[in-house]
Amino acid sequence: MTLAVSDLAVSFGGVTALDGVSFTVRPGSITSIIGPNGAGKTTAFNAITGYLQPTAGRINYDGAALTGLRPSAIARRGVVRTFQRTSVFPSLSVADNVLTGLHLSSTAGFLDVLVRRRWLVLEESSLHTDVEEIIGFVGLGHRRDEMASTLPYGEQRLVELALALAARPRVLLLDEPGAGMTGAEKTVVSGLIRQVREQGVTILLVEHDMRMVMGISDTVIVLNHGRVIAEGTPGEIQAHPDVIRAYLGAPRGAA
Amino acid sequence: MTALGRGLLAAAMVTLPFWLADPYYLHVVIMAGIFGVLALSLNLLLGYAGQLSLGHAAFFGIGAYTSALLTLKREWSFWPALAAAIALAAAAGWIIGRLALKLRGAYFVLVTISFAGVISLVSVNWIELTNGPLGLPGVPAPDLGPWSLRTKAAYYYLVLAAVALSYAVCRRLVRSRIGRAFVALRENEPLAESIGVDVTHYLVLAAVVSAAMAGLGGSLYAHYTRFVSPEVFLFTYTVTMVIMVVAGGKGTLAGPLVGAVLFTALPEALRLAASWQWQMLAYGSLLVLLVFFLPRGIVPQIVASFSGHPRSAPTSRTPLQ
Repeated sequence: MTLAVSDLAVSFGGVTALDGVSFTVRPGSITSIIGPNGAGKTTAFNAITGYLQPTAGRINYDGAALTGLRPSAIARRGVVRTFQRTSVFPSLSVADNVLTGLHLSSTAGFLDVLVRRRWLVLEESSLHTDVEEIIGFVGLGHRRDEMASTLPYGEQRLVELALALAARPRVLLLDEPGAGMTGAEKTVVSGLIRQVREQGVTILLVEHDMRMVMGISDTVIVLNHGRVIAEGTPGEIQAHPDVIRAYLGAPRGAA
Repeated sequence: MTALGRGLLAAAMVTLPFWLADPYYLHVVIMAGIFGVLALSLNLLLGYAGQLSLGHAAFFGIGAYTSALLTLKREWSFWPALAAAIALAAAAGWIIGRLALKLRGAYFVLVTISFAGVISLVSVNWIELTNGPLGLPGVPAPDLGPWSLRTKAAYYYLVLAAVALSYAVCRRLVRSRIGRAFVALRENEPLAESIGVDVTHYLVLAAVVSAAMAGLGGSLYAHYTRFVSPEVFLFTYTVTMVIMVVAGGKGTLAGPLVGAVLFTALPEALRLAASWQWQMLAYGSLLVLLVFFLPRGIVPQIVASFSGHPRSAPTSRTPLQ
């Protein structure tokens, strides 16, 4: 159940985005990846979830390789991501967004649908129960029938989280879930992330908000210029000289 | 639509040849039905899966030629020829579906246009098989057991059954996880993949079902007009299908049928009302007005204005392209 990244390298033409990155995500933990803009955080997410073919390196989950699989196949194995830029099905209602997100919870194939098998009714009704449960969990019950694109930004991010949860992840990769949210909304999201973890889902998080990261993470990994420069508990990371240098520059007199 | 409205509509459809005996009107209704099948077919790909195929006439033409050639040259009876027409069009749909995976947007549109162009050239130049531009006259009328479906009234029922079947297939697909996967691809493909929707599988499935349905329309057309020529591949047919789907309401179940009836009847009505110089001008102006005032299509507009609060299946909304 461990997600292990070893010697991951990604380059775009001459630009090296990731250069020999290795880390493991302990099952059941909340692990955060931080680093300055351009450090390669989202690139790492894209490589892990199959949106980008790495130039070198391996990604294993539960002992099997994820490298080379299509994003949908990776999601099927329980590794599900969200996106940095808000990503919903814009013209569908909140409920229909989540219903669509439950794709992997249903099994009906083309012929089943065509001849309208009797168990389809049961399957659909159990999906609708799940929809209500997930919408309630993220606190969007009052918005269930509204079109996703008409919701305020913070609520669209919650729809996105609901969609990812509908795919029944075992490892959930969240790309800046707090970006653009108010302080109060961030507190809500942090609480939701903790609750998801309590249900046994491993969380891998990319986030810029240090209060959020330090508040909920078990482990923090710091990337800079495509390399891991530090890994440890939030306390260790906050005191780490390399991290301070990467974020704030070298101390006066040291250069 | 209420249960009463649906019942009345069904009754009107079933009894239509009894109160609309004029062969000219019946002809218009039959053509509207054939175009209804084609518009339903295009709508699966364009309205639900979000892929614009501008070569849809190719599937229609493949269906028409397959059915005509098998009944004329191999003396097959209508029903197996119909099945073969559907199967061959579906196979062509599979090829186009695989191409759609590599090419999206404008490139996909160009490939579908080229595909229709190539098939059309084959039909013109492979004279031993297709009789070239002269076409294939004398395509036999279908039989159903001991009955011939030679009369317009009988053929009307065949077309009505095909429309009902196509509509039922679309409806079942759209209201299932398969239809939701189509819509997910249309709305946001990377997001669809992240929740486990297999793009390859669903794009190819949409293309195959859509093409098969267009093949059905082609076979019905061939055995109705009793004549097939390379004209079945004309770009006009594709454009007419697109107009029907967009004007009726793409991504809705009823929209393509409403569009098919309207845009089959409209040119005929204009022919009665205006001299030929004015027909195309009036047709074009009406189309512009329609797109301008009902940009989402007729059916979504009606649904919105009647319910005031439009919500229902994931599919009843305007697709964002």
